[in-house]
Amino acid sequence: MPETVISAQNLDLTFETNDGPVHALKDITLDIAEGEFVSLIGPSGCGKTTLLRVIADLETPTGGTVSVNGMTPDEARLARAYGYVFQQSALLPWRTIEENVALPLEVMGLDKATRNQRIVSNLELVNLTGFEKKFPWQLSGGMQQRASIARALAVEPAMLLMDEPFGALDEIVRDHLNEQLLKLWAKTKKTVVFVTHSIPEAVFLSTKIVVMSPRPGRIHEIIDCNLGTDRALDIRETPEFLRIAHQVREGLKAGHSYDE
Amino acid sequence: MTATGFIKDRLVPVGSILLVILIAWYFAAYSMNAPFQRDFDRRAGETRTSVEFLKKTMSQPKPTMPAPHQVATNLWKNTLTVKPWSKRSLVYHSWVTLSATLLGFAMGTALGVAIAIGIVHIPALDRSFLPWIIASQTIPILATAPMIIVLLAAIGVTGLLPKALISTYLSFFPVAVGMVKGLRSPDVLHLDLMRTYSANRMQTLWKLRIPASVPFFFTSMKVAIAASLIGAIVGELPTGAVAGIGSKLLAGSYYSQTVDIFAALIAGSIVAILLVTAVDVVGRFVNTRMGAKSQ
Ligand SMILES: Nc1ncnc2c1ncn2[C@@H]1O[C@H](COP(=O)(O)OP(=O)(O)O)[C@@H](O)[C@H]1O
Ligand SMILES: [Mg+2]
Repeated sequence: MPETVISAQNLDLTFETNDGPVHALKDITLDIAEGEFVSLIGPSGCGKTTLLRVIADLETPTGGTVSVNGMTPDEARLARAYGYVFQQSALLPWRTIEENVALPLEVMGLDKATRNQRIVSNLELVNLTGFEKKFPWQLSGGMQQRASIARALAVEPAMLLMDEPFGALDEIVRDHLNEQLLKLWAKTKKTVVFVTHSIPEAVFLSTKIVVMSPRPGRIHEIIDCNLGTDRALDIRETPEFLRIAHQVREGLKAGHSYDE
Repeated sequence: MTATGFIKDRLVPVGSILLVILIAWYFAAYSMNAPFQRDFDRRAGETRTSVEFLKKTMSQPKPTMPAPHQVATNLWKNTLTVKPWSKRSLVYHSWVTLSATLLGFAMGTALGVAIAIGIVHIPALDRSFLPWIIASQTIPILATAPMIIVLLAAIGVTGLLPKALISTYLSFFPVAVGMVKGLRSPDVLHLDLMRTYSANRMQTLWKLRIPASVPFFFTSMKVAIAASLIGAIVGELPTGAVAGIGSKLLAGSYYSQTVDIFAALIAGSIVAILLVTAVDVVGRFVNTRMGAKSQ
């Protein structure tokens, strides 16, 4: 039994806004084991980003507890236990691709040789070799997002937190990046928490799918989903894939129904 | 920019404005100098043709309004026909003012950046400092400059530094205001990113805030360097300084040498254009090095 690396107990988060309180997370209890690929799926506004940000110590919950690697989120952040990939690539426009990948490594105080070695290996991992000296605007959206994944991986974190990293990309690029991400995950054995609102993406990638529902954001259902290692995109036509996709869709519908 | 593009986009519009200014200037010179000339001719009992009269209004030794060619001749004489380091050379006087301008600009920029960094990082400064900075700029410099110069002279500070301090006083403000905006310009996304790396404030400042503020920095420096020049000239006025564009203006007004005054003014404008252009060129260069798309 692999170790639990992320554990949330009865998490609650209410944002105080000018229009009154917004209950973004309600009673979230979730355990994620080492090496798992967990997707958070749900309609927009159901608190997926907020949950990921709580794990990353970018938001502070108003109730409940979270532990990351047995530490508080704050300690885990300071220990650089995770790499965070935002919805936008968030590359610094004045840095070249390799300088962008170097950014967290400079902050960590790594020496130049180590930095260069990690830049080379991680850009290779996301197929961006040859683009080191380009500025972000010279790359397509998909390449920019790959660069931001390389940047997160260069920290060599045990965990990757990814917030709809492929949300802004077209279907074809997205399929391709899904395959690459899966290979990467199989190779590196990292724990991944992945936010998406695409059912096929979630089923294709995950070992566990967390279906969330909005107002207040909470967990509706957790669906186990392991289509085995070595899957290729055509697995999406298999009955097993379609069965799980159907289950997710039903879960989303049920969690949403009172809304209409 | 292509050659024809340059002619069409720059030369034609700038040239037409220049032409309009010159025509208006000649017209002003004629109408402002004509009363004196008419008076003068009547007393001397001279009768002239219109063309002769027109020529006379454009060549008075101490005209109310000197004509452009008189100023041009004066400029030519006092820059190219005398040694640059002689007291008569406008190059020499421009250099004196320029050195005070540059020193004051450097100090003002450093001060402005330091204040901005303080304001961005220390909430108490943000609340207490900005009103004072704004108040400092509402004090009319023409009234305070003589006091500052005289006070500093009383404690033995004379020469370049007092003038430079007036420049500093005028130039720190645009830099401080521009840099506060620039240092705050990174979006939340990038600040969050630095937080996930558990970067400290110093690292966030150097790797995010300062690079992001560079365009703001150059824009405010363009304003600041022009203000510095004005500060240096104003600083030369009250003490009856012996050198500098300000002293030329003052001497010109003592002796009603209007042509000299205008020549000094033009020299000052040329220095201002050169300074602002220099900042602009450096700014473009830095911008390109920082990966901006070429325009
Ligand atoms: N910083 C914030 N301040 C106020 N409300 C917020 C903030 N962040 C998110 N919310 C609200 O919390 C809810 C959940 O948002 P979010 O986690 O971004 O949803 P999702 O990522 O699932 O689309 C939304 O109603 C959103 O408006
Ligand atoms: Mg979101």
